[in-house]
Amino acid sequence: MEPILQIKNLTHTYGIGTPFQRSAVEDMSFDVREGEFLGIIGHTGSGKSTLIQHLNGLLKPTDGQVLLGGKDIWAEPKKIRDVRFRVGLVFQYPEYQLFEETVYKDIAFGPTNQGKTGDELDRCVREAARLVGIRDDQMDKSPFELSGGQKRRVALAGVLAMEPEVLILDEPTAGLDPAGRENLMANIRDYHRNKHKTIILVSHSMDEIAQNVDRILVLKGARILMSGAPAEVFARADELITAGLDVPQVTRVAMALKARGVDIDPAVYTVEALERELLALRKGGAVC
Amino acid sequence: MLKDITLGQYFPGTTLAHKLDPRTKILLVVLYIIALFCAKGLVTYAIMALCLAVCVRISKVGLKALVRGLKPVLFIIIFTGVLNLFFTPGDRYLVEWGILRISDTGIRNAVFMVVRIMLLIMGTFLMTYTTSPISLTDGLEQLLNGLKKFRVPVHELAMMMSIALRFIPTLIEETDKIMSAQKARGADFESGNIIQKAKALIPILVPLFISAFRRADELATAMECRCYHGGEGRTKLHVLQYQRRDWVALGAGTVITVGVIVLGRFGL
Repeated sequence: MEPILQIKNLTHTYGIGTPFQRSAVEDMSFDVREGEFLGIIGHTGSGKSTLIQHLNGLLKPTDGQVLLGGKDIWAEPKKIRDVRFRVGLVFQYPEYQLFEETVYKDIAFGPTNQGKTGDELDRCVREAARLVGIRDDQMDKSPFELSGGQKRRVALAGVLAMEPEVLILDEPTAGLDPAGRENLMANIRDYHRNKHKTIILVSHSMDEIAQNVDRILVLKGARILMSGAPAEVFARADELITAGLDVPQVTRVAMALKARGVDIDPAVYTVEALERELLALRKGGAVC
Repeated sequence: MLKDITLGQYFPGTTLAHKLDPRTKILLVVLYIIALFCAKGLVTYAIMALCLAVCVRISKVGLKALVRGLKPVLFIIIFTGVLNLFFTPGDRYLVEWGILRISDTGIRNAVFMVVRIMLLIMGTFLMTYTTSPISLTDGLEQLLNGLKKFRVPVHELAMMMSIALRFIPTLIEETDKIMSAQKARGADFESGNIIQKAKALIPILVPLFISAFRRADELATAMECRCYHGGEGRTKLHVLQYQRRDWVALGAGTVITVGVIVLGRFGL
């Protein structure tokens, strides 16, 4: 099957011709398959935010191409809005973009721009609200009366209501408490499971990435450092650590055990996998 | 696109222009403006342009950056030029077309006015390019210190100014971010008539105002937490002191200004 998004030799340079010139994205190429849950991880300044703003045409590449469904998104610059409806981008701290009088109207902003009206609009808005767990009685409230976590849900619903084929989330759980994080991630997982839509999750929490995604893209200094399934990436934990990145806590535990002479695969990255490994070891009669 | 606005942007450096006391630079700009408005003819304008060129050279600020500063006021410059060109009465009319008449003095005035505005803006921009906003307000506060006797809240004004300057880039960045976020939801700022365009600004302005108030509130709290209580009894970390170079610069500035005024009297 043809990948839904193809990024080819993408380069973006800020401030060309000024003393502040620097490349935020350099020669990146990768594919995003349809229905995939892709994680992008990297330090602040590794080019994550710049990269994702290319995927829905907010930024124009200095060099290279972004193909959506096999078509260059900048082939017809006038139709770039359609690309933005097909690739929904939820920014960091999206709650600061809320502006309408009621939650309902704010969620309806995107689909209204799409040209949806009447029953269809209502269906999109209510469906999106349901996906992120906003109750019906909250729909007529002002978004500014809600708590921080609730506001973020409303903002997320505002993008989901456009029913994008690809959903990009930039640090969706930043600044939330642990319960709020888990809750929101559960919503996102449900959405992925039930709708089979492509999701790109940007984060710098390795644990969050490890628990959710099918494939990881590791960025460093405006370039792709590694890409592959979580097990492949975390098998190179040493490289990640030398690159100044974190590995999931579970992987760290496994690595420490391995260092102490326990025969264990250090590339495990979920609690369940570690549990399985350890139980297998005990059955084998190993002593920890 | 919003990042192109260079108002009050500081280019760090270590040249003489950067090292001068901010008070000296403010006074020099004042002198420069006075001289500019006393300039009457080719000679005096040439002197002013030369002064600016020398200062630009010393400061090592690229000419490109200075010219870019002219962009936001381009409309005013053109407007002034056109107005002067067509509506200055003169002895000799070169072109007559209805009420639009171009006289010889008109051309002269238009050219001089345009040059004057351009020199004015580039000169003041040179100051903001070579002086960090903090030291600029520091200098201003020191210069206006005498007004404290008349109960003018000089320190508070200076503090407000430095906060305002400090937040310009922050707010620009914020606007950029909100614009991107709304664009991602399909907001359209470019097309439509003027009413639609104005309406399209609501999704930007509401979040921007809210965040500005939030920031102001947070900043006020943070300042109070550090026991800020206004200017009374407040000491400075960097006490400004005039150096030899400041006296030299001020001396040169005064001489040039007086010279330009005198020459201007003779209509040169």
